[in-house]
Amino acid sequence: MLIAIAFYLFAAITIAAAVMVVASRNPVHSVLFLILAFFSAAGLFMLAGAEFLALILIVVYVGAVAVLFLFVVMMLDIDIAELRQGVLDYVPLGALIGIIMLIEISMALGVWAFAPEAGGAVASPWPDAVSKITNTEAIGHVLYSQFIYVFQASGLVLLVAMIGAIVLTLRDRPGVRRQSVAAQVGRRREDGVELKDVKPGQGL
Amino acid sequence: MILYDALSGWLGNEWAWLISNVVSILLFIVVLLVMIAYILLADRKIWAAVMLRRGPNVVGAFGLLQSFADLLKFVFKESVIPAGANKGVFLLAPLITVTLALGAWAVVPIDKGWVFADINVGILYIFAISSLGVYGIIMGGWASNSKYPFLGSLRSAAQMVSYEVSIGLVIITVLLWAGSLNLTEIVEQQRVHGWNVFTLLFPMFIIFFISALAETNRPPFDLPEAESELVAGYQVEYSSTPYLLFMLGEYVSIVLMCAMTTILFLGGWLPPLNIGFLNAVPGVIWFVIKVWMVFFMFAMVKTIVPRYRYDQLMRLGWKVFLPVSLLWVILVAGYLVTTGSFPVPVGVH
Repeated sequence: MLIAIAFYLFAAITIAAAVMVVASRNPVHSVLFLILAFFSAAGLFMLAGAEFLALILIVVYVGAVAVLFLFVVMMLDIDIAELRQGVLDYVPLGALIGIIMLIEISMALGVWAFAPEAGGAVASPWPDAVSKITNTEAIGHVLYSQFIYVFQASGLVLLVAMIGAIVLTLRDRPGVRRQSVAAQVGRRREDGVELKDVKPGQGL
Repeated sequence: MILYDALSGWLGNEWAWLISNVVSILLFIVVLLVMIAYILLADRKIWAAVMLRRGPNVVGAFGLLQSFADLLKFVFKESVIPAGANKGVFLLAPLITVTLALGAWAVVPIDKGWVFADINVGILYIFAISSLGVYGIIMGGWASNSKYPFLGSLRSAAQMVSYEVSIGLVIITVLLWAGSLNLTEIVEQQRVHGWNVFTLLFPMFIIFFISALAETNRPPFDLPEAESELVAGYQVEYSSTPYLLFMLGEYVSIVLMCAMTTILFLGGWLPPLNIGFLNAVPGVIWFVIKVWMVFFMFAMVKTIVPRYRYDQLMRLGWKVFLPVSLLWVILVAGYLVTTGSFPVPVGVH
């Protein structure tokens, strides 16, 4: 009963927030609604018993990615009226893409079955009342034993992407004086202070 | 629990569970807020003592009722909303801050079994909720439609995102050591192995403490509200109750960070020595004492460390803490693998 109420609440909020992402007039509000949609999607994961995925969704998407979205959108100087003009032109195209995706998903679900390679994953420990294994452990078992190479490969892809982003934005600005903490800490009194014995009436 | 048994007779288990939980959560929040009122007073008193002042001493004996007087003052004042502000987001921001700060307490065990939700991913939940805390600040700064708040919120967002990285890695070392993401289990592991602060994890304790200062925008990392440059940062346009909520949210998350330090490194509700009469003291008392001691360190840092410059803050986060904590993850994992001393589950369920 309570779970059902919670499910419909989260589902309704997710859909309403997703609609508002497209419909709201202010781009910052759109991003905020997007965050709400992520958050209630995480709630749905939680209800489905996938607590690890739910929290990772929040940490990664809401805590990091959406913050950057919000940053970018806040910094952009967007003319809202101009942005609104073309929206209705895209509605047929958007609806078409949506319908195609819906058909594809229903076709895929109609013939859905476990791939033969996934058989091992199905056989691995499963979080339930009997095995007392936690969600996190179950994911870890599959990810680090059976799919370790795929997992590492995806990590490498991310590493390459990260290095690429850094290389693209790195620029060497000549003539900028940088703070060198080591030089500052390594500075001794003898390097900076020189004592002169000044004779009276003579000066230096 | 008593309420649950009384109600489950005529309401059915689910609704009895809901009502008894709501009542106990409200009780917990009241106790927490009273404690925070005194933590706030202690903060001001310690600050004053270091400066050889007396601090608040007029309202009540030794100023003990000062925080409550402040509360009444804030609530009765007029709430001013700037004309250019985005009203909805402006009022939502402090609410989000305080809700998230209080929400994180759902998984914090203050004694064995004294926890609202003993979930298996407790530490991840706290991490997720504290990573959301940045939204209250960004939204407040943006919705104020004013320069200083916006600058303050941008600084704060960058700061919190940076220090979250090192906090995340520190948490990974702790959960490698404990072999669990369950906070109760992490504490009970320390009954077996000794407090984490006295193990290989000691440097992580220091990094966690400093990152917690940065994460909660405490001095010396209070750049988002640095009064010498940004007036009061994201709080400039806030007054009366919304300001109170921001302030409250900030202190609730400070106490949360103290509690997390206690749980992760200082053995939670465990007594300092495993001696009979120390064990007889209820765990919650040890927990509260430890939280106050960690908070004392927070307060002392506020009084004696000068504010960091912003680029120094970023350098510390990204160039010092990130590599060191990453190295420590590898070190701890390597130690566990080579010595084969993996944590044996204590089994708290």
